[in-house]
Amino acid sequence: MKISGSPEHVKFLRRERRTDAAVRIIQIGILVAFLFLWEILARTETIDSFITSSPSKMLATFKTISTSVWKHIGVTLYEAVLSFALATVGGTLIAIALWFSGLARRISEPYLVVLNSLPKIALGPIIIIWVGAGTGAIVVMALLISLIITVINTLQGFVSVDPDKILLMKTFRANKLQVLLKLVLPANVPNMINCLKINVGLTWVGTIMGEYLVSKAGLGYLIVYGGQVFNLSLVMCSTFILCVLSGGMYAIVAIIERIVNKKYGFCS
Amino acid sequence: MKEILQMKKVGLTYHSRKGETTAIEDFDLTVYEGEFLGVVGPSGAGKTTLLSLLDGILTPTSGDITLDGQTLKTANVGYMLQRDQLFNWRTVKKNVLLGLELKGKVTAKDEEYADLLLNKYGLSDFADRFPNELSGGMRQRVALIRTLVLEPRIILLDEPFSALDFQTRLSVGEDVRRIIKEEKLTAVLVTHDISEAIALCDRVAVLTSRPAKVKSIHDTKLSGGTSLEKREDENFSSAFAEVWKELTYEN
Repeated sequence: MKISGSPEHVKFLRRERRTDAAVRIIQIGILVAFLFLWEILARTETIDSFITSSPSKMLATFKTISTSVWKHIGVTLYEAVLSFALATVGGTLIAIALWFSGLARRISEPYLVVLNSLPKIALGPIIIIWVGAGTGAIVVMALLISLIITVINTLQGFVSVDPDKILLMKTFRANKLQVLLKLVLPANVPNMINCLKINVGLTWVGTIMGEYLVSKAGLGYLIVYGGQVFNLSLVMCSTFILCVLSGGMYAIVAIIERIVNKKYGFCS
Repeated sequence: MKEILQMKKVGLTYHSRKGETTAIEDFDLTVYEGEFLGVVGPSGAGKTTLLSLLDGILTPTSGDITLDGQTLKTANVGYMLQRDQLFNWRTVKKNVLLGLELKGKVTAKDEEYADLLLNKYGLSDFADRFPNELSGGMRQRVALIRTLVLEPRIILLDEPFSALDFQTRLSVGEDVRRIIKEEKLTAVLVTHDISEAIALCDRVAVLTSRPAKVKSIHDTKLSGGTSLEKREDENFSSAFAEVWKELTYEN
């Protein structure tokens, strides 16, 4: 953006821009300082790098596993993206069905509440026995964790649409499907995007938890394996890759949010 | 004058878990073609219920409502709600076309008519903008045009100005009156503001408290075309007093 306007305004804008830059520099600085300190402390043997690992050891580990690590990343990414997509689409469809029928909504309420508060990890053994110890079980685990909360949040958004706007639709003699398509869904776009953001976090929780339970490959598998053989560098390295992947997925959702907001004129 | 809308012995009872309420009883009202009829009543008298009946959203428990001698089922009634209820995610033009979209396909002729109305009432520059870029008065005009494009036989107004500040309220009220008169429409305005009803309407009906009936109808007979001129008429305050007395003294 070009800076223009009265001298005071230019001054104001410059100051704002300086603050933006400072925030970014400090954000990066904290990460660099943390890694630097970690490395120094490990090299001077102030901390035991057998337990804490160190940035240079993580890098060395990454180099040694660099040929096979892509397979692990691929497996985990596949599981996470698949369960994310299933949870989002499935959860929205269930919410739409429950929005259509007030009776079904009332009947299902206690079930949703209990399923939501149940720690899904408790279902691990059942899932493994029913689905089999493999990718399927991991996806089911991740799906269960994010599906119920998607249904609850999306439905909450659907039923809190302004009743006067629904009255307006009635004065236009709109049927229920039209109310859904022309009012409820578009009005809930910001809410559904928020839901996507929550789901990014939850599907990663579910995927890694699933991999802890049953897996032959994947980042969760590497972390568990690294822990068992006391290779903390492998654990840390895999965790770091996990940070990058989940951050990247969140960034994609944020980009989608910006595009949608622009299209629908929502102010963020 | 030709009768356009008739209510004969209309009653409406609605049920809730707490019990049943008779909102309207033995309600008789005739609206003539081209008139602007005001309806005032004590709060909670069932003014909004009355409009819902006239729109056909609610079906009366007893009695008949006819528009041009026909039942309301398929009638073309326009309804303007409290506040503009524009959809933030649609442009002004798309908001205006909402009712047509819901009725089926939007034809080129419909679009042309929408453009014509937007242009006529000073909104053509804003057709592709979103509602949050518009002032309160402009939003109200968009809401009115959204109703007008459907070419209704009669237009119902449910305190459409109540959310506006006083200054905007006066000018938007006059805007709406002028547009309705220019388009030669018949309108029923429900409000709790007596002076607004007198300044905007040709006749004012006063309702009793619940269950609502028509207590009396007042022909305002004020001189002047615009609502501001009417407010300046020397008989304005006596007309106000007359309606106010009817409204406050029960029997």
